[in-house]
Amino acid sequence: MRWIWIDRFIDFQPRQSAQAVKNTSLAEDHFAQHFPGYPVMPASLMLEGLAQTGGILVGHAFDFQEKVVLAKIPKARFERDVIAGETLLYSVRILDLRPEGATIHGTITSAGDPVAEAEIMFIHLDKSLAGKLFGESNFVFSGELKKILGLSQLAPAPADGSTLPNDSVKHTQA
Amino acid sequence: MPTKEEIYKKVSDTLADSLNVEPDEITPASTLQEDLGAESIDFLDIVFRLERGFGIKIPRDELFPESVFQGDPQFVQEGKVTPAGIDELRKKLPYADVDGFAADPQFKNLGDLFTVDMITKYIESKLAAGQ
Repeated sequence: MRWIWIDRFIDFQPRQSAQAVKNTSLAEDHFAQHFPGYPVMPASLMLEGLAQTGGILVGHAFDFQEKVVLAKIPKARFERDVIAGETLLYSVRILDLRPEGATIHGTITSAGDPVAEAEIMFIHLDKSLAGKLFGESNFVFSGELKKILGLSQLAPAPADGSTLPNDSVKHTQA
Repeated sequence: MPTKEEIYKKVSDTLADSLNVEPDEITPASTLQEDLGAESIDFLDIVFRLERGFGIKIPRDELFPESVFQGDPQFVQEGKVTPAGIDELRKKLPYADVDGFAADPQFKNLGDLFTVDMITKYIESKLAAGQ
C-alpha cells in the first residue's frame, strides 16, 4: 500500500486554503485490523490525510524548496466514527506561514456531517541536514503526493510526462 | 494598548493552548520547560500564536534565541556561565530575570530564564513600540 491518504484535490488557493477528498474503501487493509468485526477508519490516518492536504499547501507556498515535516498537532477533536464507503472532505486553511514553518486549521466532513477538526503545525527543516537526519521518505510531500498536485496542474508535470485532465479542480495561481 | 494584566492573561491563555496545560497551573514565574513542559518545537508554536494573538511580528531568534552562546568557551566554563556570559544574556534576553540567574549561574539551568513573565514583558515592549 502506498502512503497516500488523499485521493484528489478539488480546490487549491495557494498560500490560503485547499480541499481534498478521500474515498474510504473496505479494500484498505486498515479496516481489517481496526477493528476486527467493527471496521472504522483510524483517527490517525484521517489526521494523516489532513496533514497531507495541508502539507502540500505549505510546500507549494515555497515552491517545494523546503523540507516540510509534521511537527506538532496542538489540537484534534473527533466527532464520530467513519466507516468504509464514506467520502471524506478535508478542508484546510493556513493560520500562519513563515520561513520557519506553518500552522494550518483543518476540518473533516462526510456529506456535510462534521467528523473531526484539528490544528497541525509543520516546520521547515534545514535543507542541508534534512536528508541526512530523516531520509527523504519522511517528508510530507513525497514524489507521489506532488504528482497528485501535478494532476491539478499546480505543480510541474511528472517526470514521466504523464498528465491527466482534471478540469473540476478550482485553483488560482499565485 | 492593553494593560499589563490583560497582556499577561492573553499570554497565559496562549501558553495553555499551546502546551495543553490548565490556565490555573500557570503563574508569572512558571518556566516554560521545567514547569509547563515545553519542548523545542513548542517554542515556535508559541511564537506563531503570540504573533497571531497580539498582531505583532516576532523576528526569528528575538524572543527565544536558538543558541545564546553559540558554543563560545568565554561564556561558559566548568558548567557555569561566566561574567562575560551573564553580560551576553543581558543583551540577548533583556526581559529575562538575569540577575536572579546570576546568583547561581549553572549552565544547565539556562532554560529557567524563559518564563511567563519574560514573555509578558517582551510583548509589552513590542506593543509599546507599535510593532
